[in-house]
Amino acid sequence: MTSFTLNGKSVSVDDDPSTPLLWVIRDSLGLTGTKFGCGMALCGACTVHLGGIAIRSCVAPLSRVSGKHVTTIEGLSADNSHPVQRAWIEIDVPQCGYCQSGQIMSAAVLLKHKPKPTDEDIDQAMSGNICRCGTYQRIRRAIHRAAEISAGAGHSQEKVAQ
Amino acid sequence: MTSALLEKRKSVGRREFLKTSAAVTSGLCIAAYVPELGASARELAATGPGIFAPNAFLRIAPDDTVTVIVNHSEMGQGVYTSLPMLLNEELEADWSRIKVEAAPVDPSYNHTIYGVQMTGGSSTTPSEWERFRKMGAMARIMLTEAAATKWNVPPESCHVAKGFVIHAESNKKASYASLTEAASQLKPPPNIPLKDPKKFTLIGKATRRLDTPSKINGSAQFGLDVKLPGMLFAVVARPPVFAGRVSKVDSADTLKIAGVRSVEQIPAGVAVIADRYWAAKLGRDKLKIEWEDGENAGLSTTKLTEEFSKTSAAPGTVARKNGDPQGALSSAAKTITAEYDVPYLAHAMMEPLNCVVDLRADSCELWTGTQFETVDRAAAAKVAGLPPEKVKINTTLLGGGFGRRANPASDFIVEAVQVAKVAKAPVKVVWTREDDLAGGWYRPKWHDRFVAGLDAEGNPVAWTHTIVGQSIMAGTAFEPLMVKNGVDSTSVEGAADILYGIPNLQVDLHTPKIGIPVQWWRSVGHSHTGFSVEAFLDEVAHAGKRDPYELRRKLLAKEPRMLAVLDLAAEKAGWGKPLPKGVGRGIATHFSFETYVAQVVEASVEKNGNVKVHRVVCAVDCGRVINPDIVKAQMEGGIIFGLTAALKTEITLENGRVQQKNFHDYQMLRMFESPIIAVHIVPSDVSPTGVGEPSVPPVAPALTNAIFAATGKRVRRLPIRNADLAESNEVKS
Repeated sequence: MTSFTLNGKSVSVDDDPSTPLLWVIRDSLGLTGTKFGCGMALCGACTVHLGGIAIRSCVAPLSRVSGKHVTTIEGLSADNSHPVQRAWIEIDVPQCGYCQSGQIMSAAVLLKHKPKPTDEDIDQAMSGNICRCGTYQRIRRAIHRAAEISAGAGHSQEKVAQ
Repeated sequence: MTSALLEKRKSVGRREFLKTSAAVTSGLCIAAYVPELGASARELAATGPGIFAPNAFLRIAPDDTVTVIVNHSEMGQGVYTSLPMLLNEELEADWSRIKVEAAPVDPSYNHTIYGVQMTGGSSTTPSEWERFRKMGAMARIMLTEAAATKWNVPPESCHVAKGFVIHAESNKKASYASLTEAASQLKPPPNIPLKDPKKFTLIGKATRRLDTPSKINGSAQFGLDVKLPGMLFAVVARPPVFAGRVSKVDSADTLKIAGVRSVEQIPAGVAVIADRYWAAKLGRDKLKIEWEDGENAGLSTTKLTEEFSKTSAAPGTVARKNGDPQGALSSAAKTITAEYDVPYLAHAMMEPLNCVVDLRADSCELWTGTQFETVDRAAAAKVAGLPPEKVKINTTLLGGGFGRRANPASDFIVEAVQVAKVAKAPVKVVWTREDDLAGGWYRPKWHDRFVAGLDAEGNPVAWTHTIVGQSIMAGTAFEPLMVKNGVDSTSVEGAADILYGIPNLQVDLHTPKIGIPVQWWRSVGHSHTGFSVEAFLDEVAHAGKRDPYELRRKLLAKEPRMLAVLDLAAEKAGWGKPLPKGVGRGIATHFSFETYVAQVVEASVEKNGNVKVHRVVCAVDCGRVINPDIVKAQMEGGIIFGLTAALKTEITLENGRVQQKNFHDYQMLRMFESPIIAVHIVPSDVSPTGVGEPSVPPVAPALTNAIFAATGKRVRRLPIRNADLAESNEVKS
């Protein structure tokens, strides 16, 4: 049995401790927001938070998270209210959406450490996350926008209607 | 699938096209454009008493939810928003109440042009532009009639707004929800007039996507997320050489892995079936399989490049001939020639292929992200040994498609049903990234050889273009229609139909048969012709000492829509204005899927040959725009897709084996490499045309033309190699 805290709740699983966290979260614990894209920490679709740091769950063995706090996209907020989620909605970032859980989890950690990131900060923090649909420009805009929202400038700057 | 197909459909007429479409479905009886209004169509949408389902595309419930049933797959291109917008323009329900559901497989949901249920060819909006508005209008008319009858007033004296029928005169108001029962009793109206486009309130407005909220909190359901009670997982070991076969399997070590249930030989390879994906994957790693490689064991893309070039020295089968190209070449003041190469490419959707199958004695139910429901259902039925109507497909969200999920052989569907037959339980078949990249069905490798003749003023007066590459349509049910006189029209699309006015022109084609499965890939034939034609035209401009933009303007004098996008892109990009030292500007246009696109790229090259793309300006005319923000998103995405092909990716084979494994050797463009993209839309009131693909073809040539402007080095093969552009390398051009 391995026990850890997932999105604020303690969980125990009997998967082999060498099993990648991604598959424990998806197949044993049933949270499918965290995605499989490469299995080699190359694409970032599986990004989750471990003790507040962004990690690639596809290469993190279950043993690594024993006794620790893991947050997945489902635990980011209960109601899409995290500034990154709000900005993603305002700017309509996703296309197919498959990579976006990972993008959002990477962006949330970036903003925690750098509340007002520069474009270079964004390049550095986000270049481990691939988007095949090519939403990079919107991700960049949305991260800047999320920084504004976090800083209290909640009023929408965006013109998209409805 | 392709704009050539769309053209073909127009030229051959519906009857012949539908005949072919029916053939695609392996004998399935396809009713031609079943009017979605019959009793059975209404049953498709209705789910209970009191529900108003006037047609197969709409359901209004007494609880005030309005469900639009969408017959095209959502793979990022926004159809779960744009099609409801079309319907609700006429229905005028409260937009915030709209929900979307994927359509089941039924002839009522067939593509209005292609005659099968499918998503592709940048054709969803053209297919549904009229139908979805009609379906909404029909409901509005019936709801209005129900209210008018109740109030005993003429329907013409009522109007609708935000989900209410209103009789202003008597100050009466009834919600659609309150009218569902009464409206259900009415007959559909015989005539369904549509709004004057001047009165559109939703169409043309930047409207937030309905699927975004579910895509930012993990609740969106992709095929890979489907879970059934008692479901097993499987991965399949496939032959390392295309069309290879298993000769011997040793599964002893695999069966020792905890959670592995069984190892089964299936026609596609060897399936490892387990309680969990991870156990199945570990089990596959332990398999010892001897393969019989077969006739493709010697395949080498290096050799193919040489062979293609040799082949192109002689003209192929003529696809288009205007004037006297050879005569004009021999009398030209100057001739130039060049050869271009592009590689096999994988679609590499972020969500690897997968399919869940629940196979029972008398039924088969699938959950998967597919673009090809009718074809897949027929294929699944054949493997399951059931009639197609016993096969149900639940189309989930697609984690990217780009053509791969409309497979002419339904490869990932057929294989999953094969696994289900031996698993004897519901099973989810999962492809790894390595499986995806090695799995074939690539954009074909192409070679393009050009010769141009210029007059004394530098105008191109002769142009010959010899194309070498595999046919996508050969061997599919589309072959009889799409391959005529030895020419697959998708091989020459974007080349045989170029808009430039060159008086003496020949485009011809060699179609080698190679044992590598190929398939449509975002923009299909245009993905190679866009590059080679526009890059070579740039060579022609420079050879004739003409400005590449001005030369294009002259050659497009009779193409006002393309001329307008060209001018717009040039103007917005500041064509001709000074740039920082080392930065070059390149321009390209391309017409595909009935849509006009022009792009200007600004790029520079570092000393080591590394290319930096600074900015892409894109102008597009796609007819009437449904949702400008989605059009912009598709242009942005297509540009990144095209830049990835220009800068990063190739599938190569040696000894019949695909060399690329994962995103370390099949690299995608990333955030730090992505340019600023500005999209400008030309306003138009003609019927909408394609949007998903047309921004892909022009970006590679606009980039290589910019590289030429910056460095004097001409790129003639993709992907661009740093070594070709490094300062240590001599100027080649």
